[in-house]
Amino acid sequence: MTLNLIIEQVLNGCQLGVMLFMMSAGLTLVFGIMNLINLAHGSLYMIGAYVAASVLAATGSFLLAVLVAVPAAAAVGYAVDRILLRHFYRRSHLDQTLATFGLILAANELVRMIWGATPLAMPLPGLLAGSVPLLPDLQYPVFRLVVLVVGLVMAGVLYVLVTHTRGGMWVRAGASDRTMAAALGIDVSRVFSVVFVAGAALAGLAGVMAGPILAVQVGMGEPILILALVVVVVGGLGSIRGAFVAALLIGLGDTFGRVLLHPALGSMAIYVIMAALLALRPGGLFPSHA
Amino acid sequence: MLDNPQQTTFRRSASLSGLEPLRRLAPVIILVGLLALVPVLAEGLDQPFLIRVFTRMVVFAIAAVSLNIVLGVAGLVSLMHAALFGLGGYTVAILAEHGTTELLVLVPAAVLGSGLAAAAFGLIALRTAGAYFIMITLAFNQMFFYFFVALERYGGEEGLQVSTSLDVAGMALGGRTAIFYLCLAVLLAVLVAGTRLVDSRFGMVIRAAAGNDRRVSSVGIAPLSYRLAVFVIAGAIAGLAGALLVVSQTFISPAEMSWVRSGDLIVMVVLGGMATVWGPALGAVVFLLLELVLSALTIHWQLPFGIIIILLVLFLRDGLANLIGALRSGDGGRGHD
Repeated sequence: MTLNLIIEQVLNGCQLGVMLFMMSAGLTLVFGIMNLINLAHGSLYMIGAYVAASVLAATGSFLLAVLVAVPAAAAVGYAVDRILLRHFYRRSHLDQTLATFGLILAANELVRMIWGATPLAMPLPGLLAGSVPLLPDLQYPVFRLVVLVVGLVMAGVLYVLVTHTRGGMWVRAGASDRTMAAALGIDVSRVFSVVFVAGAALAGLAGVMAGPILAVQVGMGEPILILALVVVVVGGLGSIRGAFVAALLIGLGDTFGRVLLHPALGSMAIYVIMAALLALRPGGLFPSHA
Repeated sequence: MLDNPQQTTFRRSASLSGLEPLRRLAPVIILVGLLALVPVLAEGLDQPFLIRVFTRMVVFAIAAVSLNIVLGVAGLVSLMHAALFGLGGYTVAILAEHGTTELLVLVPAAVLGSGLAAAAFGLIALRTAGAYFIMITLAFNQMFFYFFVALERYGGEEGLQVSTSLDVAGMALGGRTAIFYLCLAVLLAVLVAGTRLVDSRFGMVIRAAAGNDRRVSSVGIAPLSYRLAVFVIAGAIAGLAGALLVVSQTFISPAEMSWVRSGDLIVMVVLGGMATVWGPALGAVVFLLLELVLSALTIHWQLPFGIIIILLVLFLRDGLANLIGALRSGDGGRGHD
């Protein structure tokens, strides 16, 4: 394995990592605050990608695609939360799992009815489509660098919001002990609504970013959802910091597992990482509930 | 601590002394009896393909009944049941690929393989509880799924066909009707054994631990070892069901072990009703019938299907078995919980 290949794979792994972080940030906070398992989080990612692909095809502007798709995913997330999921905050995990499972089936079929069963292409406009030389022998696609930068910026923004603002303090308080936070006068359900919509927007953004790299197709949300769940479990439910560290770990582990090992074993690498970590720390790396 | 106030309490027979064993098995006998008529009716109506369709239902009924031992009795939401089911199927298909055709070897191998996998992964997953358990079992399920997708030697994503004919004790396995009755006999055995398990002292500890983990620990019983035992038993039966799937359709693909299949199995269990041993078998039959009817009506059948699942969770939480019980006794549906 040459140095160039290692650098390229590290970049790929980090890029997958930040994408996973955008997916798992919403997932982990939604769980931390409302104790809600939302398997349909991947559907918001899919909707972000589809809306972006449509807008890009119609206008040719990637920026416009982002500006339409992210609010669209947030709006769908808001509607789903208000219409359906709020009935499930206090139900058992089994009920939440089943209801959001039904939601995934329905969402996949709706997308198939609207956009058809064939995967959509998401051709990038000129500036984003090329590659740049990072090292003399190493060309790297511009768009993948953009994804990496956007992901890191989002992680930074979230970090500042969650750790250095009053609203972020409410979020952390809600995630570590909802009852106590409510007793201290925090409107936890309002905080939760905001977090849910922000999580949906981030999932939509991740979908937009994934669109040009992976295929935009029905069911694209499920593989990334499973990876995001692994991230959430490894990082510790409810912990943003845990989600970030775990996302990079899983992103790098998955990328290198696939490069270094036989495909059948490489696809198992991250689950082995997860099992090993959980054997040592059953609560994840940074458990937020005391 | 695994306290879960919404855990459906598993229904026991009216008296603790185990009176009326026949009455307790009546629903099992009725269900299996009705299914036993299927080949006769299918031949009579000149629709022999129905035998294959119902064989699949019986196989999934076995898988659903085994899942309910984990879900309904032990209160553990496992999303890796399809992986254990598929592993049983792949055990049979791969051994057959290498020339083993004797079912008396293949089926025990499948049961053993899935049981061992359940033991290894259950040991890790059971260290956690609640939502963690759901997510970890989901991840483990996908681990198996991607493993078999990437296993090009045995068909990869396309799946693996069993091209040699299988035999039992040296004799050739009969046609589809014989296979149907074989699967039905296994379902009957699993239902009877499941009922006995739930009523046993072992079953009582499991149900108690699902209700209140701490209390069980405080009387000196380690719930973890009981949970692991349940997880292994259920996994072994899932492997048996997977083996029968391959025997009946001579084919297995990773699609049978994707996490969506695990979700389907949970829907079957909840649809039928978690509070009885036989409910999930009914749930499996109704689920697959519904799938068949909806997919005949529209290619977009997954949309109404998804909505039905959501409505099921909202309005029919106790399942069909409980609904039947309520209609029969007119007592508002809670039976003698």
